[in-house]
Amino acid sequence: MKNPTNFQNQAIKKREKFKFSVTWGKLLKYCKPFYFLAVLSIVFAIGGTVFTIIGPDKLKEITDLISSGLLTEIDLEAVANIGLTLIAFYSSSVILSYLQGFVVATVNQKISKKMRGDISKKINKLPLKYFDSNTFGDVLSRVTNDVDTISQALNQSMGTLVISLAQFIGAIIMMFVTNWIMALVAIASSLLGFVVMGLIVAKSQKHFVKQQLYLGEMNGHIEEVYSGHNVIKVYNAEEEFGKRFNKLNKNLYSCGWKSQFISGLMMPLMNFIGNFSYVAVCVAGAVLTVKGIISFGVIVAFMIYIRLFTQPLSQFAQAMTSLQSAGAASFRVFQFLEEKELEDERNKKVLLNNVSGNIEFRNVKFGYSKDKVIINDFSVNVKAGQKVAIVGPTGAGKTTIVNLLMRFYEINDGEILIDGVSTKTLTRENVRDQFCMVLQDTWLFEGTIKENIKYNQKNVTQEEIINACKAVGIHHFIETLPNGYETILNEDASISSGQKQLITIARAMVDKSPMLILDEATSSVDTRTEVLIQKAMDKLMKKRTSIIIAHRLSTIKNADLILVMKDGDVIEKGTHKQLLRKKGYYFELYNSQFERENIMND
Amino acid sequence: MLKLFKFLRWQEWIQIFLCLLLTIFHVWVDLKIPEYMSQITVLVQTEGSKMSEIWINGGYMLLCAFGSLATAILVGFFASRISALLSFRVRKGVYDSVGAFSMEEINKFSTSSLITRSTNDITQVQMFVAMGLQVLIKAPILAIWAIIKIVDKSWEWSVATAIAVAILVLLLSVIIIFALPRFKVIQKLTDNLNRVTRENLMGVRVVRAYNAESYQEEKFEQVNKSITKNTLITNRIMAMMMPGMTLIMSGLSLAIYWIGAYLINNAVGYEKVAKFSEMVVYSSYAIQVVLSFMLLIFIFILLPRASVSAKRINEVLNTKTKILDGNLTNVKRGKGEVEFKNVCFKYPGASDYVLKDISFKVKQGETVAFIGSTGSGKSTLINLIPRFYDATEGKVLIDGKNIKDYSQKDLHSKIGYVSQKAVIFSGSVFSNVAFGDNGKEKSDITDVKRALEIAQAKKFVEDKPNSYDFEVAQGGTNLSGGQKQRLSIARAICRNPEIFIFDDSFSALDYKTDKELRKDLSNQTKGATTFIVAQRIGTIMNADKIIVLDKGEIVGMGKHKELLKNCDVYKEIALSQLSEEELK
Repeated sequence: MKNPTNFQNQAIKKREKFKFSVTWGKLLKYCKPFYFLAVLSIVFAIGGTVFTIIGPDKLKEITDLISSGLLTEIDLEAVANIGLTLIAFYSSSVILSYLQGFVVATVNQKISKKMRGDISKKINKLPLKYFDSNTFGDVLSRVTNDVDTISQALNQSMGTLVISLAQFIGAIIMMFVTNWIMALVAIASSLLGFVVMGLIVAKSQKHFVKQQLYLGEMNGHIEEVYSGHNVIKVYNAEEEFGKRFNKLNKNLYSCGWKSQFISGLMMPLMNFIGNFSYVAVCVAGAVLTVKGIISFGVIVAFMIYIRLFTQPLSQFAQAMTSLQSAGAASFRVFQFLEEKELEDERNKKVLLNNVSGNIEFRNVKFGYSKDKVIINDFSVNVKAGQKVAIVGPTGAGKTTIVNLLMRFYEINDGEILIDGVSTKTLTRENVRDQFCMVLQDTWLFEGTIKENIKYNQKNVTQEEIINACKAVGIHHFIETLPNGYETILNEDASISSGQKQLITIARAMVDKSPMLILDEATSSVDTRTEVLIQKAMDKLMKKRTSIIIAHRLSTIKNADLILVMKDGDVIEKGTHKQLLRKKGYYFELYNSQFERENIMND
Repeated sequence: MLKLFKFLRWQEWIQIFLCLLLTIFHVWVDLKIPEYMSQITVLVQTEGSKMSEIWINGGYMLLCAFGSLATAILVGFFASRISALLSFRVRKGVYDSVGAFSMEEINKFSTSSLITRSTNDITQVQMFVAMGLQVLIKAPILAIWAIIKIVDKSWEWSVATAIAVAILVLLLSVIIIFALPRFKVIQKLTDNLNRVTRENLMGVRVVRAYNAESYQEEKFEQVNKSITKNTLITNRIMAMMMPGMTLIMSGLSLAIYWIGAYLINNAVGYEKVAKFSEMVVYSSYAIQVVLSFMLLIFIFILLPRASVSAKRINEVLNTKTKILDGNLTNVKRGKGEVEFKNVCFKYPGASDYVLKDISFKVKQGETVAFIGSTGSGKSTLINLIPRFYDATEGKVLIDGKNIKDYSQKDLHSKIGYVSQKAVIFSGSVFSNVAFGDNGKEKSDITDVKRALEIAQAKKFVEDKPNSYDFEVAQGGTNLSGGQKQRLSIARAICRNPEIFIFDDSFSALDYKTDKELRKDLSNQTKGATTFIVAQRIGTIMNADKIIVLDKGEIVGMGKHKELLKNCDVYKEIALSQLSEEELK
């Protein structure tokens, strides 16, 4: 969410593509396992509503009993009878409605749980390519925000929609059954109100859109200013940004109060529609009563029918907007779930075991996108136990080689062989089992140090963990922490980036894989810590084929083979001494790094 | 919450008072409607009433309905304007407060928390105020007035109403007591869910390298399960609300009619009709009473959230920065000589000093480099020059004057600062380089070009579409790390300052670019004093003065060659990067 404005534009663009019916079809299909429960909830809803709707009819009977008994005696027994019936009705209605709510909540949570779980699983099934063009924030917001939106919208609308529909139809039927003239009056008067309301809503839409837009811009601006606070201060740029803020703030105010006002109009308008229909029903009812066409009880009943009739109408409007947002959210969720997955490898039968560690790249060709080839024709033979270093300027394709070796990406052409077996014939899992890996970005998760080192590896003893930590020289530090190896690593933990890197190296160390990859593993630590790490890594590299990417050349001088890459090709290879003697690109790189000539000239 | 109301001026207070009057009128008309209803009832029930009278009463009723609508709209109008205005001013207040903060205050809150406070929290308060002005005023008036209207009627009905209210309060309390605490739990679990997903995403390569996909999924599933469980419980509790409220309303109507049947039966003659119309009216008043209590309870649900937000906003507003402006303004361009005199520094609240007894002097045009391991205090030391923090003890002087005596604007005009992590703003390349104000004329395109050239950024900028007007996204997401860093270096150069501060700004560059940049820089900016924090020996070994820091203390000061001879820490660092023979 680095860029809310842009993010929103994207969202708007994406929403344009989304078709309501298609997405809802998908959502319905997705909910298939829960159809039974959904139908059950509909049955409960209809049942509950029927009782609610018959209620006024019974209340009418009481009123009629009373009013007919006004001059003589009221039939109290009959009143009591109807009263008891009503109590039974109301209670059944409450029970059914609650059951309905209960089932809806259950279905909903089951759907959201499934959705979240599916998204989480999907993350690990996507090719890494996907993450090149999609931000993490975007995926994250699908797991939480979008699923939440769907669940909330369904929770609100699934129940109310069914109930409202049942109530709406039921109210119309009951009204016409009771008295058709009154029914027409009631419907006409409340529809009139809704037309007015619809007009206002249509007119006001733009204010809401604008408000969201300005709010997004404002959040973006504030985020930018706060996170660049230092620089803005030192460059005396507060005034400039202040002007921008004031403008945004003014915009936000002027459309903010409008949209607030308009959304606040709904309640009084609904009230007025209620009152207006009430008056219409009363007057019409009175006229009809005077003429003797209807009994007074009808008016009482209609007073309640009006409520039952107008309530669902406003709930429809609400449900529609929430369904709209649920539609947009499920579009995003399904878009993610439908992304192309990694190739299914269950049919691969070849299994590598006890690898000695020979690696061969044979005419490998690769590009992250089809039209842009990064690696043109890469061939290298690495013997078991060798230490190979890859150096070169940024963008030369060093990390790409590792990505291909680990099968994070699939090569376009050529072959990569481990002990003579093409990695294409192996499962990704089997290939990755052969390597342990330390990356530039230290990746630790919230959990104890022990958990972080052990990670998902089985059969790792406490002793092995301690030995690994001793080897990387971090054992002593861990022991000084309040809970030792059980200390939980989180944002608050006071542990330096160098120490974090050492923990990831310890993690690689307990991994007993025959080959090792170090991708700029030490570039984020200061040079004194680097010496420590270097020592640890030398231990790690013993007897393993290792591939090292480094931009500090001092760390790779003792490599068996140095590959100098530029623009996707190996332009020089050999040992450190051979390459220096050659006085080529490596020589230049090496010298610029140490400015040796300056020392010489001194 | 109330403290925020000081942002309202007398005009708004008048409007609020108007709201109060309008609300009273609104409630009065609302409650008038059932009275006309009662009149109509009587008319209908009485033989031989005139149709015209029913029409008249109906007309009055409609008039009341219009009055009710009109007042509600007016109140809504004022409420939304006042609340938007309040949030407008509060937002401005918070923004200005944060603008004046130094690093100390920013770190105390954390940037992300400040962002939430300036956006979400303010929206929260705005919504509450808008709601509050409409509902908070209305609910008690409505409740009391409606109760007054019905209290002198038959006590049996009043008892029924009281019971209904009691049941309502009980129901909502149960829901609040059981559901609300769970919402907090769910919020926390959502954070966990986010965290686990983020971990998986950030470490996607590690996860795959270790074949740990199912390990991650299991972890996710655990959080997923507990979040589902908790949400399910709250949703099931919340599901009681609607049916419960319907039951209370319907039950109350029934009770009133049922009781009414007995009351009417016991009345005599004309009383019966009167009682009857009373009953119809009573039932609508009773519903109003129940409704108003419901509104009040909702306010109590919303209030805690808004008041937490208000508290968080007030914390920002009440925090005053410790870094105060000095009196020296409009200072002429000086020599840029910097002196540290016995400077000690510790972070607020910390027990240990980060910097201990630092003293050194830098002459005009000299380059000073700082080196030392992580945590040795390099960055902290140079952060004292632009007053991101103030020294705890001792003083920092520029051109012989304490930096605390300069106005911050004048002090900052002397400095070209480049942070460790490049900060890029949305806008164009030009606006990012010709950035800010240093009391001189605004930089033009030639200045920008020159700065970009020295920063080795000219070529890549000119290769971009629209070159100098290339649109840079927020956070510079459409630039590479090295490009961002070079732009931020160009920004400092463009300022043509007396003092340059580079806080480890060169490590994102490859060695060749780093070298060329520094060469051009020293040629082009002669006369400017330069401070460099660096990791690489190569970057700093030509400095006029190298200061070696270890655990906050100066352990070595001098030129490269001297330090190699007499400073063990320096030698150790150097050896880790260069081999023995290269150093000789």
